[in-house]
Amino acid sequence: MPVRVQTEDFDAGAEIAALRRGDPKIGAVASFIGVVRDLNDGESVGKMTLEHYPGMTEKALEAIVSEARSRWDIIDVTVVHRVGELKPTDQIVLVVVAGGHRGEAFAACEFIMDYLKTRAPFWKKEETPGGERWVEARASDDDAAERWTPPRADVA
Amino acid sequence: MSGNLKLVFFARLREDLGTNAEELALPPGVGTVAALRTLLASRGGSWAAALAQGRAIRVAVNQEMAQPTTPVKPGDEVAFFPPVTGG
Repeated sequence: MPVRVQTEDFDAGAEIAALRRGDPKIGAVASFIGVVRDLNDGESVGKMTLEHYPGMTEKALEAIVSEARSRWDIIDVTVVHRVGELKPTDQIVLVVVAGGHRGEAFAACEFIMDYLKTRAPFWKKEETPGGERWVEARASDDDAAERWTPPRADVA
Repeated sequence: MSGNLKLVFFARLREDLGTNAEELALPPGVGTVAALRTLLASRGGSWAAALAQGRAIRVAVNQEMAQPTTPVKPGDEVAFFPPVTGG
């Protein structure tokens, strides 16, 4: 199962070992772990709740992985995203990409995170001293995802 | 019911509207995401505020991201939610 949404924590080492499974064609494994911080937009964060759209979220993640596979020659991918209540230092998301060489693995891993942040239906709500607040989407995340848009054929 | 539209709402929108889902009989003439949004906003109150033009709202039809011109028809599942903030 390359894509999972779950409340439980994950073990990155175990996920990487499972993805490699002794495949001698794998020459590079790139991974990313997103973690809850105790500060966001100048306010301290005591707790965070992650909501998702069951069904669509998994489909969106699978579509992002498929897109990465079509763009780079990579061997396998694991994406794990947590939902529910999380606190600072908790792990939120894991992306692991295995490929023949580091270039594809690094690029596909970053692409998957950039697309996940702008296209997969998850929403964060933070608990701060000033009360609960929904996290606002950031323009910088849109810019990061936009970098991967292939040049349009009709633009000279 | 296949004759109805299933509406679902997430995150801030779910809280602002005070509901996470409803079944809606699609009135004649409402055939796109934009027309549906206008119909829901015309309920006034929190609906008008949450769905007003200019508020950043994303819409998915049958769990695929949609545009204002995307068609909606009886039996569809239409989701309204704010821009996503995962990762």
